[in-house]
Amino acid sequence: MRSLLTGLLEWTDARFPLTKLWNEHLAHYYAPKNFNFWYFFGSLALLVLVLQIVTGIWLAMFYKPDAELAFESVEYIMRDVEWGWLIRYMHSTGASAFFIVVYLHMFRALLYGSYKAPRELLWIFGMLIYLCLMAEAFFGYLLPWGQMSYWGAQVIISLFGALPFGVGEALALWIRGDYVVSDATLSRFYALHVVGIPLVLLGLVAAHVMALHEVGSNNPDGVEIKKNKDANGIPMDGVPFHPYYTVKDLWGAGVFLVLFAIVVFYAPEFGGWFLESANFVPANPLQTPEHILPVWYFTPYYAILRAIPDKLTGVIAMFAATLIFFILPWLDRHPVKSVRYRSKLFALLLILFAVTFIVLGWLGTQPPTPGKSELGLRLGELYFAFFLMLWVYSKERTAGFSYRLFGALVVLLLIFDAIRYDEAKQGLMMLSALLPLGYFVTFLLLPVHTRLNESGVEPERVTS
Amino acid sequence: MKRTVVALLLSAWAAAGWSAGGGLDLLTARTDVEDTASLQRGARIYVNYCLGCHSLSFMRYDRMGRDLGLGDEQVRENLLFAADKVTDPMTIAMRPEAAAKWFGVAPPDLSVTARAHGPDWLYSYLVTFYADPDPSRPFGVNNVVFGDVGMPHVLAPLQGWQEYVPGDVPEGAREVHAVGLAVDGDDVLVRKSATMPDGSHAAVTDRLTVAEPGEMAPGEYRGAMRDLVNFLVYAGEPSRLERQALGFWVVLFLIVLALILRALYKEYWKDVH
Amino acid sequence: MSNGPDSARRRFLTGAATVVGGAGTACAAWPFASAWQPSERARAIGAPVEVDVGKLEPGARLTVKWRGKPVWIVRRTKETLESLPGLDAVVRDPASDEPQQPEYARNPHRSIKPELLVLVGLCTHLGCSPSYVRKGEGNLGADWQGGFFCPCHGSRFDYAGRVYQGVPAPTNLEVPPHQYLSETRIVIGEDEGTA
Repeated sequence: MRSLLTGLLEWTDARFPLTKLWNEHLAHYYAPKNFNFWYFFGSLALLVLVLQIVTGIWLAMFYKPDAELAFESVEYIMRDVEWGWLIRYMHSTGASAFFIVVYLHMFRALLYGSYKAPRELLWIFGMLIYLCLMAEAFFGYLLPWGQMSYWGAQVIISLFGALPFGVGEALALWIRGDYVVSDATLSRFYALHVVGIPLVLLGLVAAHVMALHEVGSNNPDGVEIKKNKDANGIPMDGVPFHPYYTVKDLWGAGVFLVLFAIVVFYAPEFGGWFLESANFVPANPLQTPEHILPVWYFTPYYAILRAIPDKLTGVIAMFAATLIFFILPWLDRHPVKSVRYRSKLFALLLILFAVTFIVLGWLGTQPPTPGKSELGLRLGELYFAFFLMLWVYSKERTAGFSYRLFGALVVLLLIFDAIRYDEAKQGLMMLSALLPLGYFVTFLLLPVHTRLNESGVEPERVTS
Repeated sequence: MKRTVVALLLSAWAAAGWSAGGGLDLLTARTDVEDTASLQRGARIYVNYCLGCHSLSFMRYDRMGRDLGLGDEQVRENLLFAADKVTDPMTIAMRPEAAAKWFGVAPPDLSVTARAHGPDWLYSYLVTFYADPDPSRPFGVNNVVFGDVGMPHVLAPLQGWQEYVPGDVPEGAREVHAVGLAVDGDDVLVRKSATMPDGSHAAVTDRLTVAEPGEMAPGEYRGAMRDLVNFLVYAGEPSRLERQALGFWVVLFLIVLALILRALYKEYWKDVH
Repeated sequence: MSNGPDSARRRFLTGAATVVGGAGTACAAWPFASAWQPSERARAIGAPVEVDVGKLEPGARLTVKWRGKPVWIVRRTKETLESLPGLDAVVRDPASDEPQQPEYARNPHRSIKPELLVLVGLCTHLGCSPSYVRKGEGNLGADWQGGFFCPCHGSRFDYAGRVYQGVPAPTNLEVPPHQYLSETRIVIGEDEGTA
């Protein structure tokens, strides 16, 4: 038996680099031995991708991309197809799970500077994957053809209508293929959701993994393990990915699946966050539901869009908020990668960014009130300020530089507030202005007078 | 770090669960889809009072019978009036265009209505019909949670007719709005809040009370509506019973698997120093 | 031995993880395989069909659809029934030895009640639907006793759905499972064995 298998393997290896690939990417691929909790999410994203593809293929067997039949066909899957409900809930829960693991995976990169040289391209591939995921989620969300599907698509497509000189309207019309979201829109979204975007996504995932294995993994200490090799050329701080990280990631996958199953079997709607109640009403082009809100993973950007009183500026800000991540490797030029060895202020900056993102996400789900809109706007300012601060913190800055920048930012803030000045909201505007002011005082002026922004030194070898 | 993530997830969970009641504090339906007897009673009410106009077209009679513990014969005798075969979906004969002419809008299909509105809203809706003498009301009826409703009160033979007794609004109140519903003995209370000129709030209580009794006493009627809502919750997702029963074993299995994988991981990582 | 890379514990845990994980994967595959079974809708469409034969005249044929297939119900006349034994010599399977009918229809007239014939109206050759040609109709020769003729490849069947010799169809026409709910009501697709 064994010799037969060995023979088969030799036969294959002579024709296809099976053993070579196995060794390059698993058995002889050395990963740093100090990965922590945050390093589970890459492999989990791969697991969710596989789950989505398999369940998606099965759903496509029963779903009908036709405005007359789509809603009914989803209920057909939920009731008449054997086990259809399970497959559908796995897919709908998987969509949210995908964004949870991807957001945590991205935050890991921020924590440990995984986007910095030599991993800029790895980061860009990752960002392209993130954009594809957003497109995939957006196209997929129309398919159940409920009220939220319909009006969500209507609103997002209308965003393109904000472009000036009639280009926007023409573009929106072209995307819909009709004067409103209709069967034509549904059909093209279906094609993109099941074939177009997944093809691109798979290619990008392959590129992401290849780029990772070319440069090697970063780690919580930010140490390049390839710099410390033993006599055999093996990184002293590395362990072969297989079996060490395959078993570790399997354990992570086990925990993930327990949580995933709890949601699928006991809370597939997740209190309205994963499946919205308004989407159980069939799409009706004549009646908008009371609250239209995107699914939770889009809401931080949606909050930024809504907070800005000018439509075109809002749309630009929303897209900029997404795309600015692409230039992260060139904004943050600080030589120290990991938050462990950077200054206390930098750690605070990261925490505040995470908080800003989450609160913006919450605001995006709330009906707008003047107070919430104002908070959304200020948090939008902090969102972009984070990226500015990354650039400021890239090297030692003089006191003069810090004060001049502080002054310029305050003037900018005043100009912006003067443009959008509204007498009714005067008090609110002045109160909320404390947010960006306090932020700039903390992050620009404190370093001049304290030692809070002093970085440590990255170790030569990984710790623990 | 692990604790941070768990805390974030928990807070997301706590913030979840918006109501579809438009800010009104609704009555609680306390449904239980495992209560088969309640589901059977609810199904009977649905077939007798609702299925004339509201289809349940994603639901099949035989599937319903199986889930409710009824054989095909029982379904045929007790519930199957609007179709020929037990395998048929629960559709109606009325054409939507004709229905739209009679009621203003075509009565919607109610297959997934419990998932769209939530059980509490449905329950509150079903118990807050009242006689409204306003000549603009085509069927002389109105509803507290669904103002100017197009549907006649088809359950009046059971409930009788409730009368709307407004509470006393304090002199000079600037604005009054409903905040919630409550049950008080036989009556349903509509709690309102009046904003006074000095900015303070005063409580106002309106009352729905049965003026013309029906076949059922008020408490009995509310019980029947709970059964009906329970049935609609079941109909909204027939796989729910199966899902919850199976979920326990799947999660248990996955926990065992995860523990084995953890032991395997720990065993291998003994090598790494 | 307790700590080496090839310790018994390590091999045991690897085996346990493989077996439990493999079982889990197999269980997870089950719903996906089951989803290909006929759905409730398909089953509903393929559900047993009730037919009232009270108004069926002698010699007439009624066609109903069951599982998307035509099913014929023919009320045979006395003469027709009497003509059947005379054809035993020219049909391929006179005693219905092939399992083309439920046990209760394995008799000379291939039916529960002698006069009422119930058949799936699809030729056993390649699935065309044969035409009903009574005695004296059509141009099937002077000694045609009446029955069914498949226009696709010329297969012939007698008044009990028995296939003639020398035609392409290999077996008799199929009798579907059926039973009588009352004197005049037949349910097709369901019998004592399946109900």
